[in-house]
Amino acid sequence: MEQQNYSLKQDPEYTPRPNKKSIIKKFRGSQKLQKYLFVYSCLLLPILFYFGIRIIPTLFTFNVGFRDWNLLSTGAQPFVGFENYLTLFKDEVFIKSLLNTGVYIVLGVVGQLLFGIIVALLLHKINRFVGLFRVIYFIPYVTSIVAISWVFQWILMGNGIINDVLVNLGIPPQPFLNSPDQAIYVIIAAMIWQAIGFQMVLFLAGLENIPDMLYEASEIDGATPWQKFWHVTFPLLNPTIVFSAVIGTITFIQVSFTQVINMSVDGSGGPLNSTLSVVVYIYQLAFQQFDMGLASAATVILFLFIMALTIFQMKVLTKKFDY
Amino acid sequence: MKIGKIWPYILLIIGSVVMIFPFVWMLSTSFKAPMDIFNLSIFPESPTLANYIQIIEESMFIKWFLNSIIIALITTISVLFFDTLVGYIIAKFSFVGRTVLFILILSTLMVPTEMLIIPWYMMSSDFGWADTYWGVLFPGLMTGFGVFLMRQFMEKIPEDLLNAARIDGMNEYAIFFKIAVPQVWPAISALGIFTFLSNWNAFLWPLIVIESASLRTLPVGLSFFSSGEAESKWHLIMTGATISVIPLILVFILLQRHIIKGITLTGMK
Repeated sequence: MEQQNYSLKQDPEYTPRPNKKSIIKKFRGSQKLQKYLFVYSCLLLPILFYFGIRIIPTLFTFNVGFRDWNLLSTGAQPFVGFENYLTLFKDEVFIKSLLNTGVYIVLGVVGQLLFGIIVALLLHKINRFVGLFRVIYFIPYVTSIVAISWVFQWILMGNGIINDVLVNLGIPPQPFLNSPDQAIYVIIAAMIWQAIGFQMVLFLAGLENIPDMLYEASEIDGATPWQKFWHVTFPLLNPTIVFSAVIGTITFIQVSFTQVINMSVDGSGGPLNSTLSVVVYIYQLAFQQFDMGLASAATVILFLFIMALTIFQMKVLTKKFDY
Repeated sequence: MKIGKIWPYILLIIGSVVMIFPFVWMLSTSFKAPMDIFNLSIFPESPTLANYIQIIEESMFIKWFLNSIIIALITTISVLFFDTLVGYIIAKFSFVGRTVLFILILSTLMVPTEMLIIPWYMMSSDFGWADTYWGVLFPGLMTGFGVFLMRQFMEKIPEDLLNAARIDGMNEYAIFFKIAVPQVWPAISALGIFTFLSNWNAFLWPLIVIESASLRTLPVGLSFFSSGEAESKWHLIMTGATISVIPLILVFILLQRHIIKGITLTGMK
């Protein structure tokens, strides 16, 4: 505490003790002024940005969601209450897109966590070529989603290389992206493929933070490898899992747009809307039908959906473990 | 015991093939002549650069590439400057409205970008920002995540270090640049890499705000190219994909230590 008095306080309420010399007071006064000048001059642009480009637009979206607002019709945008929301929930395509988004997130996030942990555990076991494998598994993460989506389309074509391999193995060729039953899983697989490296790095760091002592102790107690994983590794990786799940969910919602536009057969969620995600549908509502009211209401639903999911993940995945 | 040591390698090698194969196939197709692309050999029988020459001469890949670099670079510089500065101020100064400001910035993290594209689109068309570099750039100039991250790191800088500089008569701007910034350099470089990557790959917003073909970024350009002028010409599509993928892979291999360290650093907070 005493130490604090010698340092120049940042507290605006702070007044120097009266027995200090006036020259120090002056020095401190000008310092304080300089600090305030610095703080507010630097915050001017950020405050403008956050209000003008983040906060006010967010409120604006809520507003538009309650109005009949079509860019094609000129004139008033009357307030219609919850009508847009009712229309959306009666819209089969929207419900389908919500369900699809659920499938994308659940399978995609679980898949990338699972493969991320597996690769990290394997890398943790070996002591040669760790760096090389890490680079190889991470490469897909830094590459353009658009480019990769087209590469996957090419590989999985009716007469593409994968089907050729399948035929050679005596398996009938698969329709993959042309099939309403398979397309969504193919897209999820591509998304997982791209995210494994990122999850692997997070889990590797998590594994390195687990003290060896705990493994040695469990070995003395005669634990099997499976018990070691389940009772030592898994609980201690818990914070990483929660973090990865939350980050994975948020990025998946965005990535699903790019991937679906570039991988689905018709470029807009086909065949038969089987790969349509909420973001793709919002894009269609807003920029192909120009129905901003309906699209805004859909983004509000998406927002609530993400928020509920995040809270759920934090609650369910964050468990307390006793040792 | 020996087998137990070998199987992780076997599994990892199988996985590596899955990770690498799409790139190999992409590269291979890009060097094949149009009639050879359905000939399923990994090494082209008569490799050719014709696809690359055709793409560079007949479409705007070079232009799109430059657009992407310009947009990603400006955004990254802006994010690094402002997020670091705001993070520093929130961590190290007490002033009226500090808590409110921080909560406001954090709350923007909860709002998905998708929710903002409609107002941004209306803003852009009202202010004449549509179809300009600025129109693509403006939403990403600062990020809530960056402020949050930098604040975490700035908080660890000892107060005495800053005060010593003040007593030496350094002004606040110099203290920020010369004392605070060097202390958090690893975090800044991690933030820079992520910002660059995510802007380089951005698709939704550039797709909406850009109308003219010459202003497209690489992902938007490639998407239009593949579904439009090059439809079903897989040798050209794969060449375009190679042009957009390979430079980033090379940069990654060069910087991989920093990138992986960066994820660990920022992910573990």
